[in-house]
Order: sequence, then C-alpha cells, then structure tokens
Amino acid sequence: MLLRHTTAKEIDRKALTINPAKTCQPVGAMYAALGIHGCLPHSHGSQGCCSYHRSALSRHFREPIMAGTSSFSEGSSVFGGSANLVSAIDTMFTVYNPEVIAVHTTCLSETIGDDLVQIVSKANEDGLIPQGKQVIYCNTPSYVGTHITGYSNQVAAMVKFFSTATPKKRNVINLVAGWMEPSDMGEIKRLASVMEARTIMFPDMTGVLDTPLDGHYKMYPDGGTTIADLKLTGDSKFTLGFGPMSTEDACIKLENKCKVKFEMLDIPIGFKATDRFLMSLSRHANLPIPDSLSDERGRLIDLISDSAKYLYGKRVALWGDPDTLVPLTEFLVSLDMKPVYIVTGTPSKYFEERMPEILKDIPEAKFMNGELADMFRMHQWIKQEGVDLLIGNTYGKYIARDENTPFVRFGFPIADRPGHNYFAKVGYNGGANLVKQILDAFLDHIDRTCLEEKVEFQL
Amino acid sequence: MAKTLIEDLELGKFVEEVSEAYPKKVAKKRMKSMVVNDPDSIPEIQANVRTIPGIITQRGCTYAGCKGVVLGPTRDIINITHGPIGCGFYSWLTRRNQTRADKPEMENFIPYSFSTDMHDSNIVFGGEEKLKQAIREAYELFKPKGIAIFSTCPVGLIGDDVHRVARHMKEELPGVNIFGFSCEGYRGVSQSAGHHIANNGLYKNLIGNNDNYVRKNKYAINVLGEYNIGGDAFVIEDLFEKIGVDIVATMSGNSTLEQFETAHTADFSLVMCHRSINYVAEMLETSFGIPWAKANFIGAEATAKTLRKVGQYFGDQELIDRIEAVIAEEMIPVKAAIEKAKAKTEGKTAMLFVGGSRAHHYQELFTELGMEILVAGYEFGHRDDYEGRRVIPSIKVDADSRNIEEITVYPDPTRFKPRKTEEELAQLKEAFDIEFNDYKGIMKDMKKGTLVVDDLSHHEMEKLIEKYKPDVFCAGIKEKYVVQKMGIPMKQLHNYDNGGPYAAFEGAINFYKDIEMIACSTIFKQMKAPWELEEVLEAEYVFN
Repeated sequence: MLLRHTTAKEIDRKALTINPAKTCQPVGAMYAALGIHGCLPHSHGSQGCCSYHRSALSRHFREPIMAGTSSFSEGSSVFGGSANLVSAIDTMFTVYNPEVIAVHTTCLSETIGDDLVQIVSKANEDGLIPQGKQVIYCNTPSYVGTHITGYSNQVAAMVKFFSTATPKKRNVINLVAGWMEPSDMGEIKRLASVMEARTIMFPDMTGVLDTPLDGHYKMYPDGGTTIADLKLTGDSKFTLGFGPMSTEDACIKLENKCKVKFEMLDIPIGFKATDRFLMSLSRHANLPIPDSLSDERGRLIDLISDSAKYLYGKRVALWGDPDTLVPLTEFLVSLDMKPVYIVTGTPSKYFEERMPEILKDIPEAKFMNGELADMFRMHQWIKQEGVDLLIGNTYGKYIARDENTPFVRFGFPIADRPGHNYFAKVGYNGGANLVKQILDAFLDHIDRTCLEEKVEFQL
Repeated sequence: MAKTLIEDLELGKFVEEVSEAYPKKVAKKRMKSMVVNDPDSIPEIQANVRTIPGIITQRGCTYAGCKGVVLGPTRDIINITHGPIGCGFYSWLTRRNQTRADKPEMENFIPYSFSTDMHDSNIVFGGEEKLKQAIREAYELFKPKGIAIFSTCPVGLIGDDVHRVARHMKEELPGVNIFGFSCEGYRGVSQSAGHHIANNGLYKNLIGNNDNYVRKNKYAINVLGEYNIGGDAFVIEDLFEKIGVDIVATMSGNSTLEQFETAHTADFSLVMCHRSINYVAEMLETSFGIPWAKANFIGAEATAKTLRKVGQYFGDQELIDRIEAVIAEEMIPVKAAIEKAKAKTEGKTAMLFVGGSRAHHYQELFTELGMEILVAGYEFGHRDDYEGRRVIPSIKVDADSRNIEEITVYPDPTRFKPRKTEEELAQLKEAFDIEFNDYKGIMKDMKKGTLVVDDLSHHEMEKLIEKYKPDVFCAGIKEKYVVQKMGIPMKQLHNYDNGGPYAAFEGAINFYKDIEMIACSTIFKQMKAPWELEEVLEAEYVFN
C-alpha cells in the first residue's frame, strides 16, 4: 500500500495539514500573469519560490514557463529586497525585453514588509523601465489564502494597472477567466464567437500554454491578452466573471474603476452551468443563441442518456478548487451521480453557500473547505465508506491505486498525463469530454476486474 | 558540427558574444562563471556566488536542498515543513526518490506531505505552538521513530526557534527522535546551502546513535550522496549484494533512521554526489576514522572502476575475485548494448547542466556512446566541484557562506578507530591511484577547449543551443520544454524523464537505450508542415 499509514480513524486535528488540497498564492499569480501577452512574471522572494512555481507549472502544462526572481539573500531578508528588485527590473528589461513585468510577492518579502509601490517607482525614477513598457505588481503573501487567492490578486492587478474608461463605450463583453486550462478558455471564446459576440478575455492562456512545436522558441508566445485589449476592458459594456474565487475581485474593481457592470458566473462545467453562461451572454450582448449550440447541448444530453445506467448512484470523491468543484459537483448531480466527499483547501464562502443547495438530495455528502480540509481527511472518509470514482489532481493516483478505485484527472497539478491543456472540460463539448473520461474510467475498470464470463462485447 | 574539433568552436568567443546582451555589471560578473577549459592547467571559475536578480536562473533554495534533496528520500522519518503551505506542497513527490518498504508494517511516509500551513496569525504571533501541536498530531496518528522539522523563509524572520520546539517535544514524546533544520530559503545562494545544513543536522542528531549494526558480510561500506532517483540505489544495492559487501547506510535514497544512526560502523564511504554529502563524509572520517573516496556508478566503466576501488581498499583476494567475476559477467550485455546504441550515437554532441555532480558523472555515459561533450556546468556547484578539492583552502568565504553553520568535529573519544593507517592509505594511493578524501572535480575530465558554465542563465542556454545545436541537451524540468520548442531533444538528468535506473551496469544499458531512442526519434523531423517546405506555394502567396 502506498498510503499505508492512512486509517479510517479521524482525530481532532488542529495544526497538522497532511496531503494538502491547495498550494500557495504566488504560483497563482505567476500562472495568471502568463495570460498577458508579452509578460514576464517576476517572483519577489527567494529563488526557491520561483523555481518551485516554474517547475510545478512546467510539469502540469509541459510548456516553457519563464519567470524572474529577486534571488533574496540573507542580507536582503534583513535589510529589504528593494535593491534586488530594482536590479532585477533592469536585468530583465535589458536581457529579455518583455512588454510588461508582473511582480508578485512571497511570504518572505511580505514578512519583511517590502513596499512594491515604492520600489517600482524607484526603478522608474532611475530610468530602468523603458518607454512604453510597464511594471505591474500585486501582493501575494503565501500565508494568506491559497493559489486561487494569488490568481485572483494578479487578475485584479490587471484591472488596476490597465483598464481605462474613455467616453467611447464599445459593444464588447469582457470575459474574466478564472483558474482553468487554456483549452477551457479557448472553448469559452469559441462559444462566444459562435454567438458572434465581441469579447475580450483576460487573462488568456490560449496560445501561451498550448503552443505548437515548430523549431522556434518564443519567450513571449503569440497568445495572451494584449495590453491594448486590457486597456479597452474599461470601455466594454459588460463583464462576465467565471468563478468568483478567482475573478470576483477583478470584476468589482473594474466596475468601481470604469463603471462596467458585471455578472458572476460559475465556470461552465456541465450543461447547467453552460446553459447559464450562454443565456447570460445572450442577454448582455443582446444576441440570440444559435441552433448549432442547441445541437451541441443535445449531443451531450444524448451521450449522457446512452450511458446513464453506468453513472446512476455512483459515489464520487473530489478535491480541488471551489470555482471548479461547485459546477463540477452540480454536473455530477445532474448525471444522477452522488458526489459524497468534497474537499478544498481554499477557504470559500461561495463553496459554503452553494454546496448545501447542490447536495440537498444527497444527505450523506460530506464537504469541507479551508484549513485542514485536506486529501488525508478525504481519504479517511473513503476508508470509512468507499467511493466508486475519484476526480482530482495527480495526487489522487495514490488513493486510486490503494483503494482500487477508478480515477479521472481534473485540476492542478496533473503531472502524469498529457492533454488537459488541449481538450476542454467546459461547455457542452467539454462536458462530453468529461463524461467520456468518467465512462472510460468505469468501463475500463469493469473490463479489467470482472469475472471472465461477465466480460461483455457491448457495454 | 559533430566532426568539428572542439577547439575550432572557439567557445571563448561565445562567452563575449553572449555577455553583450547583459547590463555592464551583469556581464562582468557572468563572464567569470564561463570558462574555457584546460584539463592540464585548470582555470579558476566563479561558482557558489549569488545569482544576479532577474537573470532567470534554474537554481532553487536552501529548503529545497535540505528537505527536498537530502532528507526527503528517507522513508521512516516524518518530515514536517514549518511554514505556509507552498514549500511542503512543492516538495511532495516531485523528486523521484523511490522507496521500498518490503513489509506492510514497515514505515513509508514518502507519499505524504506534512505541513504546519502557517497563516497570518502565526506570522504575527509566532508559530511555535502550532508546530508543537502539529508534532503531537503526527505522533498520535503515525507513531513515527523520528520527526524532522524544516524551516521555511518566514520562520527565521519571525524568530520561531525550531530547535527549541524540537527539544521540548523530545521531552514530551520520549523515544521519538525530533530535530529541526534552520533551512530558510534565503540562506546561502542555492540548494547547496541546504545540503550543508542537512549534513550538519544528520551528524548532530542521527549519526552515531546506534552501535548495533549486525553485519551480513565481512566488509561494510556507506554509499553517500545517492538519492535513488529512478531506482539507482536499488541497482547499487543489488551489485553489492552480489559481491558480498554490506551497505550500512545509503544517504539517503530509500534510507531509514537506523541507517543514519549506524553509518559510523562502516569501513569505508563511497561518495556519489560530492556536493550534497561531502560534509558528512568528512565528519565520518574525522570522528570515526572512516575514509571516503569519490565513486561513480554512472557509466559501466566508471562502475567497474568504483567496484575495483572497493576490492583494492579491502585488499581481500576473494572479494577481488568476486568483483572481477561480477564485472566480467555484467560487461557482456553492456558491450552488446553499447555497440547497438553507438551505431546511432557516435559523433553526436551533448551539453549538460545539472546539479553539483551529475553534469560530471553523466559525461562517462556519453563518452561510452562515442558522444562529445561541448559545454557543461553545475546549477549549484562550488569551485571544488569544478576545479577539485585542492582549491578549498583558497576559496574566499563570503557573507553567504559565512552564515551557514560550520561545525567542527573531533575524534569520538571511544569510537574513533582509523580503518586504515596513514601508511596503508598512502600505499593504496601509490599502488592503485585511489584518492582518499579527495575529489578532482569536473574540469580535469573535460577536454581542452570545452566550455564550463556555472549557474547557466536562460539567455545563455538559448544562445548556446541556437549557435551550437547540440544533438541532446541535458538539464531539468524548467529547461525541458524550452529546449524542445527549439527542436532539440532534451534529456532530464534530475528525473530521467521517468526513465532509469541509470546507475551501475543495468542502468548504463537503460541509458544507452534511452539516448539511442533520442538519436532515432523522428518526431523532430516533422516540425514543418509539407506546404511550409514547398517554395512554389510561398511564391503564389507573395503574388496575392
């Protein structure tokens, strides 16, 4: 057994997190910053943070992840990291020539109280920021919130530094992407374009973290939201935010700054959340939903109905981030499955408010968020009463093997399978992809483990 | 390219060219870390100095070196990260240190991540109480023999004393060995500081605690600086089983608390990764009289040489005969595998940038395949890893090294027992050219005219590949996909691209096959679509 020390017996833990269902803020800020075209993220802290975040994102996306670090020494930790950041800004603009540097902090620079406003303005006064280039920044102390908070802070910084309201309003809808895959962002943009809506998505990792292999390395790939578009978000007529934990702050700031009203949506996982997205876009862009999208929806419903018997009543354990867990749980319920154990290390009112309503007909469901809502606890619940399916990041494979339970990879990080950045899980087509993955996991399991005489040609 | 003499490449010119893009001060500093090699008159290289902020380095931090590298691979100690959640999360199963606890009742905590998950209130009011409680909970749940505490950046800054907590909890939980490491990420200039801190901690808290090692064989050694990536330590263990020599402790692949505690009962220490473990090797020598020698199990010839060293050290003809028999037997499939792979790899070129020893060790394997190393360097090496330990007295101790505790050890009053007299060691050196307590460094083994670069930056890497287009580039995960986007095959030498084991004879064969596969892989020939290759079509587009 891999997790041989995990037993069903829970104790009243207060301090020890075991196998977390979250990580720290800066990696979220780094990921979000990669969604700006021509942006070089910068980690203001020790080298290890930057190295860990780049490694984690590289393993997950199998794409180059570039970022700078302030390379703190003991001296800078005592006397402040101002000189390090100023010199980093100079080195990066000189050597790597980005359009924008997006600085985020770490627990180290936050604990010593480095003031980014002051440091960046010093770099500016010293003439180290070339004409037309920009340094943006956000505070991402690792001891507050999680990777989702860091993502949210970076997206909010995009609004703070770029969104500008001019008298000229444009018939454009802003799409603020929560933490999801580039494939998901691409699918949301495709659905909007099928409706012929004019949109600006930010951040936008399509074309950044799913780039072609053609023999040329581009430090700044073709994708990402351009600075010009980020500025224009202030003139858009409405904003849709996907996932409140990762985008609501940005949406509020944009409304306050540029008077662009917004609606907070779930990330469109499953047909219900996708229905709400399309109806909302239709309403705010004043465009009809074309028949082709009704057909896409119908195909998903068809796929589900064809295989409903394999899904009905199946107990599922899932872990990840509130913004994806809420619509995913809703989708599983709409497949007549039973999401019984759900954990996220990210503390979330959204999760607390939505889960009881989604799970109202599944009284046995246990769900927990925030501190100590970790994978060890979820595994203990599984030891108490097993599940039929696991859905979550790669760390679930250890539980899946020990408990001989089918497993679908979803979330961050997925370090042991490719393709999640290519094949969407949002929208109707993404829903079909997800249902197919769930069915493949179930049916492969049946085919491998059932009695020989029970092996069926047709399933 | 493959047939060009290395010296014709004029790699010295590259140093100037690549530095042109840097701000003046940066260029001046970087140029000292890029040196054209001459094995007969080894030049000085700048190493183990601070990375310039913003340079885009591949280096990590002290915590990564201490918890991630040295202590991480141990399977029966609960490693608690004291800090916000990130550090514990990123060091969770991300290195491929394989562990095998043969029986179900044996401990194996490797698939677990333990953290105090510090929040802002802990930063403001201190985290010692939370750490104590976390240790209590770890004990209640798992009843481990040992608990280690690893400090992350904020811990040192807010003044949490992990050593005090460890002492306190040791009293509260008698029988459990609890100890802390002040391995905050900002100490030192790279992972290397963490190795040193880990070595000190091993010596202070574990080594020498248990004299009751029961030998299976007449001779017993330690294998130091072997972390069992991809199962390397397993094949080394098998090899020593075959020749009939005990391995008391492997530090630290698949290791246990007991192995650390009994390491001082061995007769000889072999050092694989010099950078990360040389301090322990030295301390075992000084305190207990166990000599060490640099070993290399990467490459078949290197493995044979290392095994022979062990035979010569013990000077036992029966052992020597067994070793020769094993080498003769193992070399048969090795030679066949080399011949097969060499047909595809001969004359090809490689560049290696990893670790504090790997960039050296792996040159053996490439040489066996008839490949040429153009450029190599370490991420976190010191001058002695490049130029040899002879330069240690002349290394200037700067502020970053000074704040790493340097522990002075003395011969153990009762247990210091030189395994060999000075005369015996001198004779062995004379007769077999065994260097005791010494490492000659990477530069001695690299050809004249090759380039040696310490702490290679992203910019330098890009330019090296653009200009010299090696047939394979070796580094880690952060470089992996950059290199491959440029159409150059990339071999990770930290995690072996999930290959391995690469150690010893069996591992060498695996490596030959993997490099042959890289040399024969056709996908990089498909980077252009057929229509992009047809000039006629392009002309039509121009017309439009």
